[in-house]
Amino acid sequence: MLTDLLGISPQVLFGQLLLGLINGAFYAVLSLGLAVIFGLLNIVNFAHGALYMLGAFATLGLVQFFGIGYWGALLLAPVIVGAVGIVIERLFLRRLAGVDHLYGLLLTFGLALVIEGVFVKFFGSSGISYATPRQLEGAVNLGFMVLPYYRGWVVVASLAICLATWVLFERTKIGAYLRAGTENPRLLQAFGVNVPLLTTLAYGYGVGLAAFAGVLAAPITQVNPLMGSNLIIVVFAVVVIGGMGSILGAIATGMMMGVIEGLTKVFWPEASSTVIFLVMAIVLVIRPAGLFGKTA
Amino acid sequence: MSVLKKVLYGASALALMSGMASAEISGGVVKIGLLTDMSGAYSDVAGEGTIVAAQMAIDEFGGAIGDAKIELVSADHQNKADIAANTAREWGDTAGVDAYAELVTTSVAMAVFEVAKQQNKITLVSGAASSPLTNDACIPTGLHWTYNTRALAVGTGGAVVKEGGDSWFFLTADYAFGDALQKDVTAVVEAAGGQVVGSVKHPFPASDFSSFILQAQASGAKIVGLANAGADTINAIKAAKEFGLVAGGQKIAGLLVFLSDIHALGLDTAQGMQMTVSFYWDRDDASRAWSQKFFEKTGKMPTGVQAGTYSAVRHYLQAIKDTGSDDTDTVLAKMRETPVNDAFAQGGVLRTDGRMVHDMFLAEVKKPEESTGPWDYLKVIRTIPGEEAFGTLEESTCPTK
Repeated sequence: MLTDLLGISPQVLFGQLLLGLINGAFYAVLSLGLAVIFGLLNIVNFAHGALYMLGAFATLGLVQFFGIGYWGALLLAPVIVGAVGIVIERLFLRRLAGVDHLYGLLLTFGLALVIEGVFVKFFGSSGISYATPRQLEGAVNLGFMVLPYYRGWVVVASLAICLATWVLFERTKIGAYLRAGTENPRLLQAFGVNVPLLTTLAYGYGVGLAAFAGVLAAPITQVNPLMGSNLIIVVFAVVVIGGMGSILGAIATGMMMGVIEGLTKVFWPEASSTVIFLVMAIVLVIRPAGLFGKTA
Repeated sequence: MSVLKKVLYGASALALMSGMASAEISGGVVKIGLLTDMSGAYSDVAGEGTIVAAQMAIDEFGGAIGDAKIELVSADHQNKADIAANTAREWGDTAGVDAYAELVTTSVAMAVFEVAKQQNKITLVSGAASSPLTNDACIPTGLHWTYNTRALAVGTGGAVVKEGGDSWFFLTADYAFGDALQKDVTAVVEAAGGQVVGSVKHPFPASDFSSFILQAQASGAKIVGLANAGADTINAIKAAKEFGLVAGGQKIAGLLVFLSDIHALGLDTAQGMQMTVSFYWDRDDASRAWSQKFFEKTGKMPTGVQAGTYSAVRHYLQAIKDTGSDDTDTVLAKMRETPVNDAFAQGGVLRTDGRMVHDMFLAEVKKPEESTGPWDYLKVIRTIPGEEAFGTLEESTCPTK
């Protein structure tokens, strides 16, 4: 048996695989947003982690000021934060169209630092707890591990949103425009499609996905201003491994990296924050365009 | 005589005269350089609050000692040893800083110790927790004020073993502090006849603890010891609750938990937890009065690290005032011979290994119905005498003690 070889019980192995998939679901949603943004705007959105954090804080704000609970937040927080994203795109990112990638990267990185800094100033670094929605409290004993209902929900919700995004991009007319915009924006414009609007909406959608992940995370991790900064670097590695701009690639790689990281947490926990970068380095050497990317 | 020599003689003569004019305070200013985490994982535990606390100590002296003004400079070390060391070197070499204060995060404190040793400057450590700071890694001018991992181990570890928690599994932050804490608690557990059945080192900072909690569950240990701090502790406790660790019959022992963590977790999640604290605002009249003043400035009750920073800075300034000098050896000698009596500590003694020995407290987090409102979170259930918490000077392995 494999488990005998590795010196751990099958229970622990199954448990860790499942946890890996749960974390992978987060990576998938976040890297999907990044992939959408990169595909259309050619911008490496370093503010993604901060926007994910905004999603979680919006969840808190909605319950505190408007009495809107988790389910409402799941819908509203991505819309609100997506609107913030649209403002950012119109005010700042638009001006960087056509210049080197590096400028977009620096601008979004700076924005992330500013947003996080402001939130640390007002909310402190230990953050605020958000309760699990009542309907999803409790856990089920699977025999090999205790699975909190909420974590199960995270996987379902993430996969649903990933699937919806894929359908939107691959099976609808607006998706066809978006893909055409990725290939040749000028030609698309010549056909009378409002490409700048399309770009703005795509950024808003990508940001909305980040906020959606933020809402999902709120009951699990402490909602604190730095929750995104630890995650974002890993998610970037996931996108690089999957191939920039590939939707299916982002989803599949997210899940895969979640599992690899989960297993590392058992066999060599100290390396669990590094293993994804190791995979990234290997992939970059063997397939520079990423596992699912088209070779240029 | 060359021009350079003339200038030098002139300058030293001037320095001598000005030295006589305002006692023996170098540069006519007492300058304290405070390095802390202003934006990261420990910024609630230490952070801005330590600057406020240090300033409160300075204000008690009216902002000056004799003719010499007291100045406070501060910087964000971002929990990075190299940033802290570079800032300290610059402050000490060119900006006339006389002493360093706070220094949360062990790796930061150790890096600044290196600089302070070369510069022969007093270092008032409050936030860093590792006991090696006054043992193997000690320096003659390094003072460790608020707590250390040994005291935490004796307090929480000792109490848990006494209640039958004799098998342990550790979740340990993967850096010097986590190591030191796990080592100190292991010693206490084993001395009391308990055993450590396993441990896992998690990256610092870590956001997802579910995998580590699962490993702790699989270990079958009665007690899961959290050898981490700040946001890591909070997230580990949340994950433990979510995955039914406590419901499954295991217990969590938070080995370094701060008041700010309880505030962030809420009493619902944190109730019943035991923790070792150096300071609790609602302990006696002096601590209440000082904490109230702190609250008015910050909107939060102080953590032990913040109150300890106040105490260390106050004691340092008092020694300068008493001796009329800011010479390192003179001040250090005075600080050692004067007991520490203030809102933070009663009858505290500063030892030659740098350890400030004072009573510590074992506290329990109140149930929601026991609490009268925000910040009313703890009840002190035992006072741990200083020597029991920190050990004796003979036990210290500091080579220069």
